[in-house]
Parts: sequence; C-alpha cells; structure tokens
Amino acid sequence: MRHVFLDHQSSTPVLSEVFDAMKPFFTEAFGNPSSLHQHGLRVRDALKTARQQMAALIHAESEEEIFFTSDGTESANLAIKGVAYANERKGKHLVVSATEHPSVIQSVEFLEKQGWTCTRVKVDREGFIDLADLRAAITPQTVLVALHHVNHDIGTIQPVREAGKICAELGVPLYVDCDASAGWLPIDVKEFGAALVSFSPHRFYGPKGVGVLYRNRKARIVSILHGGIQEGGRRAGTENVPAIVGGGVAAEIALKELPARSAHTAALQKRLWDGLKTQIPYIQLNGPVPGPGRICTNLNLSTEFIEGEGQLLLCDMNGIAVASGSSCVSKSLKISHVLGAIGLDHALAQGNIIMSLGKDNTEADIDYTVETFAKIVTKLRGMSPMWDEFQKGIIDSVIAPTGRGKSFSQHAADVSGKAAH
Amino acid sequence: MSDTYTLYNPTVMEHFMNPRNMGDIQDADGVGEVGAAACGDIMKISLKIKDGKIADARFKTFGCGSAIASSSMATELIKGRTIDEAMSFSNQEVVDALGGLPPVKIHCSVLAEEALKAALEDYVKKHPELAGKKTAEQAVTA
Repeated sequence: MRHVFLDHQSSTPVLSEVFDAMKPFFTEAFGNPSSLHQHGLRVRDALKTARQQMAALIHAESEEEIFFTSDGTESANLAIKGVAYANERKGKHLVVSATEHPSVIQSVEFLEKQGWTCTRVKVDREGFIDLADLRAAITPQTVLVALHHVNHDIGTIQPVREAGKICAELGVPLYVDCDASAGWLPIDVKEFGAALVSFSPHRFYGPKGVGVLYRNRKARIVSILHGGIQEGGRRAGTENVPAIVGGGVAAEIALKELPARSAHTAALQKRLWDGLKTQIPYIQLNGPVPGPGRICTNLNLSTEFIEGEGQLLLCDMNGIAVASGSSCVSKSLKISHVLGAIGLDHALAQGNIIMSLGKDNTEADIDYTVETFAKIVTKLRGMSPMWDEFQKGIIDSVIAPTGRGKSFSQHAADVSGKAAH
Repeated sequence: MSDTYTLYNPTVMEHFMNPRNMGDIQDADGVGEVGAAACGDIMKISLKIKDGKIADARFKTFGCGSAIASSSMATELIKGRTIDEAMSFSNQEVVDALGGLPPVKIHCSVLAEEALKAALEDYVKKHPELAGKKTAEQAVTA
C-alpha cells in the first residue's frame, strides 16, 4: 500500500541534517545554557546561532529579538497575556480576528474572565478580515491586535501588511501568528509592521518541543512563566537545547528552500484540487481559490452527503493521512470554529476534510489520493441516507442546488427535533 | 509503519469497514430515521416484519465510524427478535457487542436504538390492531 502523508499542518518529519545537528546536544553538549562553565558556554553559543537562524527566516533585525518557548501555543499565550499584563495601565482591550488559532482565542477568553474586553473582527466567506472593521475595532484602550498570517484551517492569507500599517498609525502593537505560514511563505517582520511574531519549527521539518516568539524591542511584554531569568527574563525555564538547535537548522534550510518548496506544493495543490473536483460531484473548496489569497500547502474540502470522520478513517486505512474539522472528529462534538465563522452550512462542515501538502509529496501521491478518495466518497455515499434522499428529491444539495426538496439542515432538524448546533 | 494503529477497537473497525445489513428494504414494514442533535449524524433503519418477528433489518447512516458500526451491529442484534423484545432494545447491547465505544461516541449507539424504535413505531402506526391487541392483553393481565 502507498503511504501518503497529507497532514503537514499537524507536523512534518525532522530533516536528517536537523537530526544530526541535534544529536550532540543530547549527549556530549548536554550543558545548561545558564551555567557559567565550559559546558554552559558552549550551549549558549549554540542557542545564539539558532536565534540568528530564526531571525533570518523572518527578517528580524537582531537575534536578540528572538525568544524560545516550548511550542506555538506557548508563544501565542506569551504574546497575548504577556502584552496584556504589561500594558494593563494603558488599557484592557484587545482586538483579534474571529478565526485565530485556539491558542489565541482561549488566551483572550482567559483574559476576558479577568476584566479585559476583546473585539473579534469577523471574516467573510473566504476567511478574510475587512481592514475597515479592523480599524473600527481599535480603541484608545486597545493594547494589542492579534491577526494570523495564514489560517490554520482554510489557508486564507490575511492582509497583514495593511493591518500593520493601520496598527502603526493608531499606535497599537500587532501580533502576527505565523504558525501556518513560517517556512512556506516569505515573512518579513518589518514589512508586516509586526511587534510580535510566533512560529513553530516542527511545521517546517524541525523538531517538536520548541516555539519561537519574535518581539520588537519597543513592545512591552512580561513573563507568564515564573522562575529563572532565562530568555532575558521573558520566559523562565531551562531551554530545550536540542530542539532549539534543530529548529535553527530547519529554519536555515527552510529559508534557502522556500521558493522551491512553495512552487512544488503549489503545483501539487492545483493537481489535487483539479483532480478531486473532476472526479467527485458535490465537492467544494472552503477558503480562497489556490493563488495569492491561499497558502500553497492547504486544501480544505467539503464533500456533501457524507461525514468527515468516516472519510478520514477510510483514507487512513488506505494509507492516506488527512485531517477533518467535522464535529464527529472533535472531542467537543463541535465543528471547527473557523468553518462556523465563514458561515459554512452545517451539512458541509460535517463533511469536512483538510489535506495539507509537503515538500516530499509527489505527483503519484496526488494521483493515488484522487483515485482513492473518489472511491471512498462513493462507498460512504452508498451508505448515506442523505445521498439517497438527495437522489429522490427529498433534500437538496447546498453546493449545487437543484431547487427540489428541503435543506439538509431542515431535514436534520426535522428528524432530530432540534437544530444540529 | 509495520503496525496498524486504529482509532476504535478491532470489532468497531470491522463493522465500519465491512458493515452488515447496509441498505434499504424496498417494501419495508417500518422505517425510522433519526438525527443526533449533538453532532448532526443521521441514521435510518428499515424493518421487514414476519409473524410478529423482525425478519430483516437494514440501515443507512450519515455519520462517523462509530455511528456506522453502531447501526451495523444494531441491525445484526435485532434480527429474529419479536416486536416486544425489540421495543426494549437498549443501546448498551450495541456498546457491549462492539466491545465498547469511546465515551464521546456512546451517543452513536443511542442513535441506533432511537432509529430502531422509530422504525418499530412506524410499523405499529401502520398496524393499529397491534396496539389494540397489546392493550387488550395488558387489560387481561391486569
């Protein structure tokens, strides 16, 4: 059986160069970077190199603006809570987009319980914010605007440069979550006008266990982890040295290979979507069409009349690793909040599948995926009462309405007595 | 990868991959279709009744792996039972026969029970004499 990994947004394999660079830091170079002897100083030097490599990836001026955390979630928590607490006396208002990653949304909700307020800027059906809404949301009490570069679910590329200009004009720091874009799209913190930027190397062939937070020297931030004076006093706790070293090498290679990786995945993204929409009726792409508005690695699909977890399981049993934002996949039985925010019909959110490409996927992988996925859809539709009822004109398609029958949501409500969510 | 890891236990996976009794009964005696408000899954069960017993049961399901496996198992378990026996069918039988479901997926087995009962109610509605008979029997017993 062919194995096709199409979940690169969840993680990527560590490059052999990265792994080799990490190894000595588990064994002979095991020192703690806070130690003042040879063992510590050697490791401190390695961290400096990694900081330079991370700074280069996002075109930061100095490695002193790079902080290491444990992962993307911690970086987001530090950016939001750290800035909010540091600027408490200036104001207690935050602005975020409605489709931020849960690590941003949940950090904001935590602060809301402590008296902060937050304006969530809505997005359109493709997931883009409206810059006029962003401007209108900022008040004299606003201490931070958080906007992701690329959406983790639907691949939308936000107008961060323009958002940065608005924030600069109104004197509010902008935090850009680059978790879904770093290593795949060019990032320039100055061009973004970003005071803070976060990303995690395991998304671009580095190891897990390290997150990066860039902080412009002008942005005030306080530590949310208390203990030692690591990371300039902004993040207590012994640094995960092997992961940081590996992450630095991954960043250096990603910067070098970025144009080739982007071109490769963009070509596969087109081949995959072209294949799927040709082979499978009643399938739609969520988020912007592949091109300048969407990251080259992501396809977020809704296949009508069937549910996402079944598709995911059958893909997995056929060697294809994918993700889904369907409620059946989530432990909370709720659809992805991003799919809700773009106003996706519940029937389509239920049939959601996310495929994310990487540098090692091949055309043969894509062709196998198209062929296999088409069979999976046919199998599941054969089991679905909704497909049958659509054929009989009892319910209608959301993707390509025929004008016959009631909506899926109405039907679901009729048979369950309550609305689906 | 040499080993295959699965989200559900082997019995659930088997019923998901190779579901039993999938489909519709064309001249069904009772049909029930229910939806789960919690997650949006929909399940349909159709029954063929002969001599007061379930002669055949078929399902169609819009839902996750455990919903498909639950409807497959429920239709297997119910065949051959009398209407009265089937009326007291519980989702726990499905869970037990499947060797357990993750806690968040128990509602899938409840959906199977509800779909079956909706199909039985549909049958009883079409045969009012049954409801009457039952009442008469109960009256006698009382």
